[in-house]
Amino acid sequence: MQPDSRPFEVAVLVSVGRHPLTGRARRADHDARGLELALGLGRHLDRLQVRAVHAGRHDSGNDTALRGYLGMGLAELTLVEQPDGADVIPALATVLTRSPPQLVVTGSRAECGEGSGLVPYALAERLGWPLVNGVVEVESIDNGVATLLQALPRGQRRRLAVRLPAILSVDGAAPAARQSAFGPAQRGELAPLQEAGVIDEAFAEWTFSPARRRPKRLKIIKATSARERFKAAAAKAEGGGGQVLSNVTSEQGAEAVYKLLEEEGVLR
Amino acid sequence: MLETLLPILIFAALALAVLGAVRRIRLWRQGRPARVAILGGLAAMPRRYLIDLHHVVARDKVMSNTHVATAGGFVSAAALMILVHGLGFDTPLLGGLLLAASTVMFAGSLFVARRRLDPPARLSRGPWMRLPKSLLAFSLGVFLITLPTIGVLPPGFSQGAGHWLLALVLAALVTWGLGEMFFGMTWGGPMKHAFAGALHLAFHRRPERFSSKNGHAGRSTGLKALNLENPEAPLGVETPVDFTWNQRLGFDACVQCGRCEAVCPAFAAGQPLNPKKLIQDMVIGMVGGSDAAYAGSPYPGKPLGEHHGDPQGPIVARQGKALVDAETLWSCTTCRACVEECPMMIEHVDAIVDMRRFLTLEHGNTPNKGAEVLDNLIATDNPGGFDPGSRLHWAADLDLPLMSDVKQVDVLLWLGDGAFDMRNQRTLRALVKVLRAAGVDFAVLGNEERDSGDVARRLGDEATFQSLARRNIATLSQYRFLRIVTCDPHSFHVLGNEYGELGGNYTVSHHSTYIAELHDAGRLAFAPWKGGKVTYHDPCYLGRYNGEYEAPRNVLKALGIDVAEMGRSGFRSRCCGGGGGAPITDIPGKQRIPDMRMNDVRETGAELVAVGCPQCTAMLEGVVDTPAEVRDIAELVADALVLESDSGRSKHRNQPAFEEVT
Repeated sequence: MQPDSRPFEVAVLVSVGRHPLTGRARRADHDARGLELALGLGRHLDRLQVRAVHAGRHDSGNDTALRGYLGMGLAELTLVEQPDGADVIPALATVLTRSPPQLVVTGSRAECGEGSGLVPYALAERLGWPLVNGVVEVESIDNGVATLLQALPRGQRRRLAVRLPAILSVDGAAPAARQSAFGPAQRGELAPLQEAGVIDEAFAEWTFSPARRRPKRLKIIKATSARERFKAAAAKAEGGGGQVLSNVTSEQGAEAVYKLLEEEGVLR
Repeated sequence: MLETLLPILIFAALALAVLGAVRRIRLWRQGRPARVAILGGLAAMPRRYLIDLHHVVARDKVMSNTHVATAGGFVSAAALMILVHGLGFDTPLLGGLLLAASTVMFAGSLFVARRRLDPPARLSRGPWMRLPKSLLAFSLGVFLITLPTIGVLPPGFSQGAGHWLLALVLAALVTWGLGEMFFGMTWGGPMKHAFAGALHLAFHRRPERFSSKNGHAGRSTGLKALNLENPEAPLGVETPVDFTWNQRLGFDACVQCGRCEAVCPAFAAGQPLNPKKLIQDMVIGMVGGSDAAYAGSPYPGKPLGEHHGDPQGPIVARQGKALVDAETLWSCTTCRACVEECPMMIEHVDAIVDMRRFLTLEHGNTPNKGAEVLDNLIATDNPGGFDPGSRLHWAADLDLPLMSDVKQVDVLLWLGDGAFDMRNQRTLRALVKVLRAAGVDFAVLGNEERDSGDVARRLGDEATFQSLARRNIATLSQYRFLRIVTCDPHSFHVLGNEYGELGGNYTVSHHSTYIAELHDAGRLAFAPWKGGKVTYHDPCYLGRYNGEYEAPRNVLKALGIDVAEMGRSGFRSRCCGGGGGAPITDIPGKQRIPDMRMNDVRETGAELVAVGCPQCTAMLEGVVDTPAEVRDIAELVADALVLESDSGRSKHRNQPAFEEVT
């Protein structure tokens, strides 16, 4: 049980986002939703302490973006200073272990850079904490157990109980972030924290190009009436075409995957 | 007995009035400092009163004459009374003048009383119902006590038992009158308007709005740029003391005549705004208290007595209720109808935007689509969140000259955000056609153009406004042009009147003004109008904000159109509902403002309503079951163009300019 005198601490990991049309730095949409989720925990808890953490460099190019988070009502943002090209996982893990919060909230994927979506997983592995992705709501927090709603495709929700401390990641299904206000954003402080940077060697060799929209399989609807078109639009994705492989060797599995990729025209 | 009592009464009332005045001035001065020309303002006050204020009051002839008689009678009676009864200069000449003055005042007061028999809904009741009686008491009392000075005395006035009784009655009448007129003037009675109103005229926050001896009133914005560099500088108005002292003085000048209420489109639509109540709430806020004693129409849907204010407390509570609800402030379309009608020259709209600034910049609480629009403006420089690189897509086939290529040009055509709107693109194409027909040397900024910042500023986001404005000014400074022409009155107002404070001074014309000039110069020829009845809708930001009522009408006249005016046109034009970010914040009411405006159109029987603003076009075209077509002036002109090449051969009407757009 948590002693009542200690505030419930939530750390929200925030990154510098990038507007899809103009490429301007901004608060990242998913991270801002994560912060919104954390700030909303005040409904359940008497004493809530939300800490926003950004690992990276602070410069004039991303100042407005980082202050965008402060504008949501934070007095300060912890800035874990890291050189360019550093792997932020070790530094974040160190910071989080040094003063462990009960909950860590992240977005599901960065809007620029590597954008692999692996940060929450890598952190969860390092810290040994459970991870829940696609969280849309924290329903209650009792005796070190949080009851969560997780978003599943097609608007479905799944209720989960997770033992704290835990990492939650949120995506576009979570409630939209509140407006960032200019005044608090300007007054809020970026509190720097020096942390040794571990340069990601592999990262330096990468070439970056703007992301393109993922190709989508064309869905040919042969409906002739409005009713059929509606049914087709509302229909659940049907499986059926797949194949469940169990108790197979890795070679067999790889072969099946290879065959599928060839069929789909991904590999030629 | 009266001879000894009167000077005491008069000077006691005067002393109390002075004490009250000092207290009231100190109350106003609790507000933020404001740079005001004190002596210059006081010197200009009589002219502002006699010309500008009277010009507004005279729109209601009966009331204007009533006020001239009552106020003129009172001022002269009061001055003469001090001389005659206070200081004892009771010569027959002064006495006679005093009798005449009080008679005039009495006559005026009778008209005031008559209006109060069955007052229209816009008038406040409460203490205001008492005022005509007080005016009558004062004028009658002064008249009667002055009769002895010219030797006209009812027989037996100074003898017998009736003497004391009569003297007592007279003393009571005079005391009542003095109490209302002198004491009440500075201690918060209805006569407060005279004291505060006079000073408000002198120390007005927007002195350039008053006419000068050598011409028209200046056009300006009332919105002052905020200091965003200093993190300690306040962002907008949170509490009543955050208003500047002369704004507070302005609130106190309100006579609660309700002319603003009668013209406010939001009030008529049943949205929770009443400009008169808002100003009264600001007065309540200055001293603290509840609005239960307010005796006029409330905000629609908001009962009286539920809101409380505090001089140092927030005007809008983050949660729950304070002095004013946020939705009241967000209902305003910033159309300035209230400002135009206000006989006390109060600036309602600027006060509303000042309070909105705090809500947006400090609370981060712009309702409905507000946050999204502001985010779009920050990220894409246009409110719709469109790719800024697609600003010229509508003109892909027009081969428009770009400023970045030509560098120097006569006319810079400012497109506005209508460039992203398919409806307004038709207007823009028509305008381009007109400019080309007239052989105008023009160019556009193209993708270098950004939103002018109008919406951001009216939504209270001064930071985004200044960011957009500074970048626009930097872009414009690279090029040479004689003037800017735009078909968007909002851009017109912002570029012309609001960029100056940030260092951008330009000659800006609305396209109707420019087309009128081109026509006058003989550079455009029109085929005669063959359509039906046409009416014209004045955009607020062109008309009330910038005084341009004539040019659009002249263009329509040149087209051969005889405009069938709506009941509310010109300076009384009713807003389309599209200004001030109102469609974005979208506060619910009982009906929609554009529907009301289209009803005005329907009453004229017009088949077509000419407009000169992309917002108005969008709002009026959004009305279902519409009685009239909505066309921009540029489109009408483009349709009627007779191009020089074919003018020699045939005078047939040109094809519509927007034919090629599908």
